[in-house]
Amino acid sequence: MPSDVLHVTIDRANGPESFEVPAYDNQTVLDVVSWVQQNADPTLSYRFACRVGMCGSCAMMVNGVPRWTCRTHVSKVTDGAAIHVGPLRNLPIIKDLAVDMDPFFDKWVAAEGVHHGGLTRDDSIAVVDEGSATRVEANAGIECINCSVCYAACDTVAGNADYLGPAALQRAWTLLNDAKDEGSVAILDAVSGDGGCHNCHSMGSCTLYCPNELDPMSAIAGLKRETAKNFFWRGR
Amino acid sequence: MKAPARAHPLWIAYIVHRLSGVALAAFLPLHFWVLAMAVSDPGRLDGFLALTEATLVKVAEFGLVFLLAVHMFGGLRVLALEWLPWRPAQKSLAAGAAAISFLIAGAFFLQAV
Repeated sequence: MPSDVLHVTIDRANGPESFEVPAYDNQTVLDVVSWVQQNADPTLSYRFACRVGMCGSCAMMVNGVPRWTCRTHVSKVTDGAAIHVGPLRNLPIIKDLAVDMDPFFDKWVAAEGVHHGGLTRDDSIAVVDEGSATRVEANAGIECINCSVCYAACDTVAGNADYLGPAALQRAWTLLNDAKDEGSVAILDAVSGDGGCHNCHSMGSCTLYCPNELDPMSAIAGLKRETAKNFFWRGR
Repeated sequence: MKAPARAHPLWIAYIVHRLSGVALAAFLPLHFWVLAMAVSDPGRLDGFLALTEATLVKVAEFGLVFLLAVHMFGGLRVLALEWLPWRPAQKSLAAGAAAISFLIAGAFFLQAV
């Protein structure tokens, strides 16, 4: 660590506020934010839970890039000894670093990101062929933990409030390829509307910034193909 | 909150595609106006075409051919991305589209001067 003090700027309701935070060898951005809340200003609001990259609740903008703060080591993102932390982009701010995730989850549901079961408890469990092409597609996106990093990274979301966004569309693509899900008609209908997959300009910021190294851009391209096939060859 | 860092190849490919499209659309009226002279006033067209010998116009033509090429190959890349079931190497293709565009525009420029 080049310096023993970090110059931290946090975007708050009344504008950016600066703090001096002691630097340590092993320190995440979440540690820094927590230090500020515990030692400098107890009124600072932010959100976290697991601290190990599983829950997806601590995402913030760090030096202009959406990240999981718990899995972002300070030494990887400091600009000199400066860090700028802000609330996630593209979501309403509740207070300080805590954003309202409702629009994000509402769109998850609007994209039919829910289970569409067709079996009862009396039926046997649907057989999943792990090697099939559709299962490979479904597995590719299944580790999404709804952190909204891709949603914050997306300029199409920024420009179109109705756009469902990369996470919701990727979940729709995952379910479309899942042998256990029987909602393909509902999914294709949900993702081909005004705010659907065809809004995507393939900028690739979602794929670039996904902390789980998922690829929502390619998932959305898959939805574009399937909705188009559905339109041209099966009618709507 | 400010927008995330945009200096990555696919975002640049996106913006180049949009801006080249807008620039080409803006050029079209001029293009048709000059073409129309062939019918309405051939003498004036010859005078206008003499302008194309100027170095500045040749450089502008290079830019125009580059815009056409980068828009075409960038468009082919997007079509391939959306219609072919692939995932990797998007960055390489974007870079390839830019490289081919430079090649074509550069070849045109060398041939023109």
